[in-house]
Amino acid sequence: MKDVKCECGHVNPHGTVLCEACGKVLDERENKDQLLDMRYEGSARRSQTYNKTIVDKIWNFFSSVKVGVWLIIITLLASILGTILPQKMYINLPPDVYYEQEYGWFGKLYYQLGLHDLYGSWWYLLLISMIGISLVICSLDRVVPLYKALKAQRVTRNEGFLKRQRLFGTNHVIDDQDFDIVKKHLKEKHYHVREENGDLLAEKGRFSRWGPYVNHVGLIIFLFGGMLRFFPGMYVNENLWVKEGETTAVPETGETFYLQNNQFILQHYDKNKDKAFEKAIEQAGEVVKNYQSNVVLYKRVGESLPGEKPKLEKVTDYKVRVNHPLTFDGYSVFQSSFRSELKAMTFMLTNKNTNQTFGEMKINFEDPKEKYDLGNGYSVKILNYFPDFEFDKNGDPSTKSRVPNNPAFIFQMISPENPDGEKSFVAIKQTIEPFGDNTYKMAFKGIETKNVSGFIVRKDSTLWVIILGGILFMIGVIQGAYWNHRRIWVQNKNGQIWIAAHTNKNWYGLKREIEKVIEDTKLNMPDDQLQSEQADKGGV
Amino acid sequence: MKKRRLVIRTIILLVLGAAVVYTLYANFTKDKKQKVAVGDSAPDFALVDIEGNKHRLSDYRGQGVFLNFWGTWCPPCKKEMPYINNQYHQFKDRGVQLMSVDIQESPLAVQQFADRLKLDFPIMIDPEKEVMNTYGVDLLPATFLIDKDGKVVKYHTGELTENMIKEFMEKIKP
Repeated sequence: MKDVKCECGHVNPHGTVLCEACGKVLDERENKDQLLDMRYEGSARRSQTYNKTIVDKIWNFFSSVKVGVWLIIITLLASILGTILPQKMYINLPPDVYYEQEYGWFGKLYYQLGLHDLYGSWWYLLLISMIGISLVICSLDRVVPLYKALKAQRVTRNEGFLKRQRLFGTNHVIDDQDFDIVKKHLKEKHYHVREENGDLLAEKGRFSRWGPYVNHVGLIIFLFGGMLRFFPGMYVNENLWVKEGETTAVPETGETFYLQNNQFILQHYDKNKDKAFEKAIEQAGEVVKNYQSNVVLYKRVGESLPGEKPKLEKVTDYKVRVNHPLTFDGYSVFQSSFRSELKAMTFMLTNKNTNQTFGEMKINFEDPKEKYDLGNGYSVKILNYFPDFEFDKNGDPSTKSRVPNNPAFIFQMISPENPDGEKSFVAIKQTIEPFGDNTYKMAFKGIETKNVSGFIVRKDSTLWVIILGGILFMIGVIQGAYWNHRRIWVQNKNGQIWIAAHTNKNWYGLKREIEKVIEDTKLNMPDDQLQSEQADKGGV
Repeated sequence: MKKRRLVIRTIILLVLGAAVVYTLYANFTKDKKQKVAVGDSAPDFALVDIEGNKHRLSDYRGQGVFLNFWGTWCPPCKKEMPYINNQYHQFKDRGVQLMSVDIQESPLAVQQFADRLKLDFPIMIDPEKEVMNTYGVDLLPATFLIDKDGKVVKYHTGELTENMIKEFMEKIKP
């Protein structure tokens, strides 16, 4: 494969259709009667000419716009599939149960095909990355030859090139100063005018040709930003539960930041105070006005090992409300949930017969004591504590979890009459006396609960990359859409003055501009050959 | 010229391919990634046992450490505890330390659990789950075997038999 030398002396890469310098038609297959196809300036798209090694073949595959369009269509169809049923992150049951239970056989199939996690599936990611690759290769394969061709173009053009432009006209009679007037008008219209051997090339808006490629660079950066999420530390989205009064390390901060929850506040609209909403409140019942956690943010100072009590320094106080996150160091802590947990239970040691009480004891579930002394020879020992009571497989009392959801105790009640103590098993709404009738009982008096605030800790360092990609994308669109690349050739051929013009869009605008340019001269308006061609065909 | 073209295309394709492969790889491993993997050096930590003595992992450098995470609510933990207790006595004078970490429970619950099962090794409580998070423990019981140089040689989740415990302790005996 050899380079092609044009008769004007310019050496073109193999596969070039129109000489980069003078525009002469180099490819014989080009139909002689039709207008020139000016796409990519008739430059040689490399991929179409070389097809040798496996690398070239892969390159050519991705270089095809047709392939790119199909990839986009397939991705679109796949994305639609993912919207038929809720994705797995929006359901609150295990997926193998949920889909069949909610949607029958279709749901089961949907789950089995893996469509419940479509946007995270390997083939969907592969489709997106193939679009990315197609974008890079398509752009490279076109922008480089186009740039070279536009850079190599000379002022004087081949006759065949000029004749076969859409706007073309010849003039026999002109005044001497016409040429200068045209030049002056062109400059007034902000054309960049080059002159060679008495020929003119006026050009403007070439940068609009780069619009699509700027747009593609933006898209690629956008995709790259999406990819960055998979890099450790770039994207954080974690749940954090903090009980009232407790301080917990904020996840993914490397044990640097700690959050203390002072109070969780839940406010409802009040029918009497918020008169404007009276009707609505009556209809809806309880309407929440505010979810709020009053927190303190701490930063660890100095080194401490996991498990050791860290030295903390207060950073700030904040009231975290819905849509008003606490932000620090790139992290945002959002109010997202709450629950209430048992904190303490109070019992009274009571004589079953006389109902006389002998002092009360409060058991704090986080740190229950072994023995509670009630004075006057009365005391209660906790022999066993089960925070989340159940009978295990062998029928022994045990606990399901460490959370005090269903606390149960085996008490030993010591009184002056029974210095060895009486045993009693006490769970919620349940008392068992393993050794028959006791004289005393632990009468339930009350519970205390505490709130646990649920937060979402979020950090997205990829956002700026995505914004940058978006901005470049828009710049590319504007650049390509609101400017046109216009060229006007005014050339001496065979003692005549030929005018030809080309634009990548808005031919009407170009024609109006030419009309203005040739004002006050004897030059004729060039013909729109595409229109006359169509008129011929239509027989008008 | 042709050669250069091939080189440039190959490089571009390789860069793009590498990005795609990394993305897929990262996407697949993001849920499964073990924070402390076999071969890593075990992160140091310090906890106080229910007797009030402080234990620091790095103090046991030079000995093997059998690090076990558990909770009183977890039936397999309960089952393996007596075995661990037996083997603890076999190996404690042969250079294997037992670090038994309960996850965020009240001292009373842990103490009573130990009494019920007649456990006499030191039991530490991880009050803020910090050690658990550092080691990325999810399912209980979880056991890390740490050799005399402080390297993790094995990570096991799930119930252990007495033979396994013995085998494990042999493995990290200095």
